[in-house]
Amino acid sequence: MYLLPGKLGLLSLLTLVSTMVVASGTYQEPEDFLSQAFAGDVPEPGIIWLTGERKDAVKSLLGHRYHSLRIRYWKTAERSAWILDEIGKDQPITTGLVINAGRLEQIKVLVFRESRGWEIRHPFFTEQFKQARLNESRELDRNIDGISGATLSVRAMKKLAALALYLDAELRAFDVSSSP
Amino acid sequence: MGLKTCSSTCLAALLMAGNGIAAAAKMPSQEEMWEIIQKQQREIEALKAGQKANTEKVEATADAVESVETGKQGPLASTSGSSWAENTQIGGYGELHYNNLDSKKEIDFHRFVLFFGHQFTDKLRLFSELELEHADSGDGKNGEVELEQAYIEYDITQNQHAKAGLFLLPVGILNETHEPPTFYGVERNPIEKNIIPTTWWAGGVALNGEIAPGWSYDFAIHEGLDTSAGNNYAVRNGRQKTSEADANDLASTARIKWTGVAGVELAASVQYQEDVTQGNDADAGHAWLYEAHADIERGAFGLRALYAMWDLDGSGPKSVGADEQEGFYIEPSYKFSLFEQNFGVFARYNKWDNTAGSNGGDSEKKQYNAGVNYWPHPDVVLKADVQQQDNEGTSKNDNGYNLGIGYQF
Repeated sequence: MYLLPGKLGLLSLLTLVSTMVVASGTYQEPEDFLSQAFAGDVPEPGIIWLTGERKDAVKSLLGHRYHSLRIRYWKTAERSAWILDEIGKDQPITTGLVINAGRLEQIKVLVFRESRGWEIRHPFFTEQFKQARLNESRELDRNIDGISGATLSVRAMKKLAALALYLDAELRAFDVSSSP
Repeated sequence: MGLKTCSSTCLAALLMAGNGIAAAAKMPSQEEMWEIIQKQQREIEALKAGQKANTEKVEATADAVESVETGKQGPLASTSGSSWAENTQIGGYGELHYNNLDSKKEIDFHRFVLFFGHQFTDKLRLFSELELEHADSGDGKNGEVELEQAYIEYDITQNQHAKAGLFLLPVGILNETHEPPTFYGVERNPIEKNIIPTTWWAGGVALNGEIAPGWSYDFAIHEGLDTSAGNNYAVRNGRQKTSEADANDLASTARIKWTGVAGVELAASVQYQEDVTQGNDADAGHAWLYEAHADIERGAFGLRALYAMWDLDGSGPKSVGADEQEGFYIEPSYKFSLFEQNFGVFARYNKWDNTAGSNGGDSEKKQYNAGVNYWPHPDVVLKADVQQQDNEGTSKNDNGYNLGIGYQF
């Protein structure tokens, strides 16, 4: 009834390692996410520049500057799709988001590089974001329950949801090719 | 009158005819018009090309600025070809405590911790944690410098990871996640100090990963405890801290964890060691640790509950009642906003006994805590709590209050 200490345990550990299939941390390629989001008819991408007031607003949402000066988006009349990055503990989490009429239609972890907190990719977590929108304080209009031990990954997802909703609103309100 | 009218009309007609002839003389021919159109077209194309070139220059400038400022973190970023700085991460946490208790009145910068991580490739990384305890270290000083984590982790698959080195053991709630903003109370709870000897690290190898959505496991083989009769076989005194650790008897730890609902974690761990004194005490034998906990945070309400128990074999531990060491706590909490600031209040009931065996006598300890956390920022916390003990036997109660400030980054 031992838990395999010593040599037998090491042997079991190595056997378990050797039987595992090597793969990467990519759950869905961004291109595939976009194709799925637009049923194969992906619109031409546009670019929104993070300048002027928009730059300050994004910094306020994330707590820091976004890592890029501009963000690519894919937009139809009512919907927009975004591929955004935010660091959880120490690695960027690449996330796909779709906004429909100002509400979050889909949020999906595409590439997860952290060693902890991978639970955020599961529907039991991401389902909470569905139909979320921003309130007047530019915060999500609902509570998002976290995951123990994945606090920073959860926080990153909440920030990205708010960022995509904000940028979608900017698309609808301004000529986004220049400063607001 | 008729002559006058005719003269005016004829003059006007003559003037108009003259203007028409002059205008007709200035009109370009069809060939000239075609040349003008072609010239304008060339200018339009030149302007378009110039605009495209400018756009490309702006994009290239933005690319260059981004690569200098933030590194290559795009959606398809890879560590391959990235610089050392781009793949190295620094973080940390710290906490200052003020204790006003029957046993002491002191201010202590309890922990100052720095993390260093480095991503060698997309699948291979280093994680390390260096801690200075009690602000000062060296001969005759109160504190010490400790290496609490230093391991290499490899992603076997996207959901399966192996690591080797010095790492935190997968037991309890606080042992792996103990940054001050993540828990209530200035001091860590006494169960995860005296029964689970947090912070508890060991050198060895480990696997962890996901076995089904919401289900994960950990399994580790690592250095064991080395406790002794001199300290009543207390497990906390048995930590070897991977400092020339006696490796005659390794230990194994396994954990199963369920996080299938957002805000809910249920987990259980078990550890086994063949000889908890590394063969140095003929009156001691093997040791089992059993631990289970729930960590729930749904909306504003939170609940943490944990139970842990040691079962030590041998006549030595039994003679002082240390053959059983156990404890539990339950901690409800509630978060709220006041003046757009974030607060949380909690209460905790703790009960533990490091000599709970049949020959241990009255050694049970009980402690009540209640307090508040205030987060001016999600990564910064101010804490206050009161504690009241109700101990059995000869153990003195240690009552009073604690204040603290903590951070993580």
